[in-house]
Amino acid sequence: MLRSLSLQTKENIFQQILAKSAFFVAAVLFLFFLTLLVKAWLAIWSNGFDFFTGAVWDPLTGVYGAFPLLFGTLLTSVLALLLTLPFALSIALFLGEFFRKGLAASALRSSVELLAGIPSVVYGFWALFVLVPLIRGLEITLGVVPLGVGVLAASLVLAIMIVPYAASLSAETIKLVPQDIREAAYSLGATRYEVVRRVILPHARSGICAAVLLALGRALGETMAVTMVIGNANKMPASLFDAGNTMASLIANELAEATDPLYVSSLMQVGLLLFLVSALINLAGRYVVKKFSVET
Amino acid sequence: MHNLQIRQLISKTFFGMVCLFSFLSALPLVLILGYLLAKGVSALNWQFFCRMPQPLGEAGGGIANALLGSALLLAVAFALAVPLGLSLGIYLAENKKSRLADCARLAVEILQGVPSIVVGLVIYTWLVLPLKTFSALSGGAALALLMLPVIVRSTEETLRLIPLELKEAALALGVPYYRTILRVIVPSGLSGIVTGVLLSLARVAGETAPLLFTAFGNPFLSWRLDRPIESVPHLIFYYATSPYAEWHRLAWGASFVLVLSVLCLNLAAKFLTRRWRVQF
Amino acid sequence: MDILTIQNLCVSFLENTVVRNVSMNIEEKKVTAVMGPSGCGKTTVLRAVNRLHELSSHARVTGKVILGGADLYALDAILVRRKIGMVFQRPNPFPTMGIYDNVVAGYLLNGLKLNKPEMDNLVEESLRAAALWDEVKDSLRKRGAWLSGGQQQRLCIARALAMHPEILLLDEPTSALDPKAAASIEELIVQLKKTVTIMLVTHNIAQASRVSDFTAFMYLGELVEFGASEKMFTTPQDKRTEEYLTGKFG
Repeated sequence: MLRSLSLQTKENIFQQILAKSAFFVAAVLFLFFLTLLVKAWLAIWSNGFDFFTGAVWDPLTGVYGAFPLLFGTLLTSVLALLLTLPFALSIALFLGEFFRKGLAASALRSSVELLAGIPSVVYGFWALFVLVPLIRGLEITLGVVPLGVGVLAASLVLAIMIVPYAASLSAETIKLVPQDIREAAYSLGATRYEVVRRVILPHARSGICAAVLLALGRALGETMAVTMVIGNANKMPASLFDAGNTMASLIANELAEATDPLYVSSLMQVGLLLFLVSALINLAGRYVVKKFSVET
Repeated sequence: MHNLQIRQLISKTFFGMVCLFSFLSALPLVLILGYLLAKGVSALNWQFFCRMPQPLGEAGGGIANALLGSALLLAVAFALAVPLGLSLGIYLAENKKSRLADCARLAVEILQGVPSIVVGLVIYTWLVLPLKTFSALSGGAALALLMLPVIVRSTEETLRLIPLELKEAALALGVPYYRTILRVIVPSGLSGIVTGVLLSLARVAGETAPLLFTAFGNPFLSWRLDRPIESVPHLIFYYATSPYAEWHRLAWGASFVLVLSVLCLNLAAKFLTRRWRVQF
Repeated sequence: MDILTIQNLCVSFLENTVVRNVSMNIEEKKVTAVMGPSGCGKTTVLRAVNRLHELSSHARVTGKVILGGADLYALDAILVRRKIGMVFQRPNPFPTMGIYDNVVAGYLLNGLKLNKPEMDNLVEESLRAAALWDEVKDSLRKRGAWLSGGQQQRLCIARALAMHPEILLLDEPTSALDPKAAASIEELIVQLKKTVTIMLVTHNIAQASRVSDFTAFMYLGELVEFGASEKMFTTPQDKRTEEYLTGKFG
């Protein structure tokens, strides 16, 4: 049947399919947002501003204050980011500046790629059986309640998981620093450290910023590994060793058992917030990269 | 002179720290892989691959339902995401500046950063609620949405690198546009496109969060698209958080298999990029 | 006898008019060279003949291009391009195809059916015409990428010839080649005019004088002078032509 169509028709059909797919994907994302918004509408009205400030999340009494979750998400992510940065930057300098080729570099590069490839549920499983007992031991030595699971465990496993995201983009941008600038600095008698500090890092700054944003986005939305080791307690963590919860982990735990419409809607509101934050971080990263690529 | 020595010392220390930190970061990987090897390999035998989970308390049993389920979910995701991703990738490579292209590109970019749990949430609303059942179809759709950005971007980037001259060569022979794209441009970029598809599969093969309330999980063997289905990552999550040693053993085996498959997909993708690359 | 007539051809991109009112007649089985400094619109004219500007939505073409009595712009662009062969600045064999398939790519990609002996004949005939047969006859199934630049360009010429074009357009075919390969292409052009009409765009004055029967000189989008090459290179009529030929600009 297709054979009988004229060339012009086939040409048009082809163009139409391509354009329709673009339209379709754009529409899917828009509907994606709209779905979350509509589903969260009830909660947005009924929870009001307490959603952001309320410290109690209690489905039994119908109180949905998400502040502990927002705090828990931010705390684990930022902590993970701080833990990751020295490692990620070291890897980036190692691969982008000091050893671009050679056995050590390719071994390190493969290990970073492997880290990125391990599924988050496996990270969570491993953390639950290796990291958590270690932390429990530490807690016993320190004399705090030996939960094992908690904010510290979650931050540690997150830190391991986001190393590749922060490292690979940073390494790429460091590689892009023009060779002549480097050589100019060396020819002036600068040491390796000074070249990195005064030339490489300032030049690669925006790329590294984008990498950090990317890693932060990953950390904020990470679900499985966190939910397995954070303790899933919807309260403000009293210390790093205390249990807490994050937005993503909350949804994973509670949606299946939520029956009350306001409860479901509140979970959707958490999802909406997560979507908006990650979209915002993404756009910010995109903006930084764009600005960067114009500069060079 | 003294000053120079201090500077040199700082520089050397810094260099040493960079090397130290770099290799320290490989430590978790070694630990995880080592642990997986130690715990996982011993769980593997023919029963593990061919048998269903046994009732609690009975030794033995396998994860055949999860393996089949994961294969089915990935097949559904593949079938949904690849045609759409290719088509959009071609569109974006061919229409660099149109308004629609900008919108679609932005959508893909945002989609790439959406946490997978939120994708699960939306697919739950779109497919699970109206159909009134968890299903393999909805799980596959959620995974497809996560695969899509990877496929689109790799397709677009690959096709953009193909010289314009090639397109002109075909058009100058009187080849219609659609045949030029499908028979000349796409084959020339095939290695990049296939690499992207493999990477996208590797990315979603281990996804658990979006499956929690779409595919849901199923202790029985199932190949129906309209019924809940088990998957390897979900089984790992379910068994890992259970209190039973026997289930933990199975979960370690499943983790080992999962990591190995993801690794193989990544290696295959790498191999393809190197070997299959078309010289222009 | 004229085979191709260009009448009042104008090409503009957005607001920029790149080619203004160009008219010329191309004689059958001769080589007509179009020369001029870069940016003068010579390539644009050539691409207009093959209707390649339709790829860009910003391009506007007016005027007439008549091939064998038919206005090309009244026909289907795809059919036009099948009648006209084109060879580009940089050799562009299809990287996914072997040499054999590259030669008959016009048939394969268009889904035109040929039986095996017909195809074998066509490949040999085209490769012989492009003076490439002896070099590649033992490796027809290999991909084209290992060929030298000059060989690749001859492969592209063979590909165009296989379609039995009524006219062959060459867009600076030697500018990406080393001098030796360029010389062999020039030799080939002289050979080819026995069987096919050739329109050659070049910025190389010496090349135009060596291979062409007629020469057009374009400057700033306009056709300055057009006539027999012998005459133009010895006694140019227009002052600008003279200045260009003596190296005052371009």
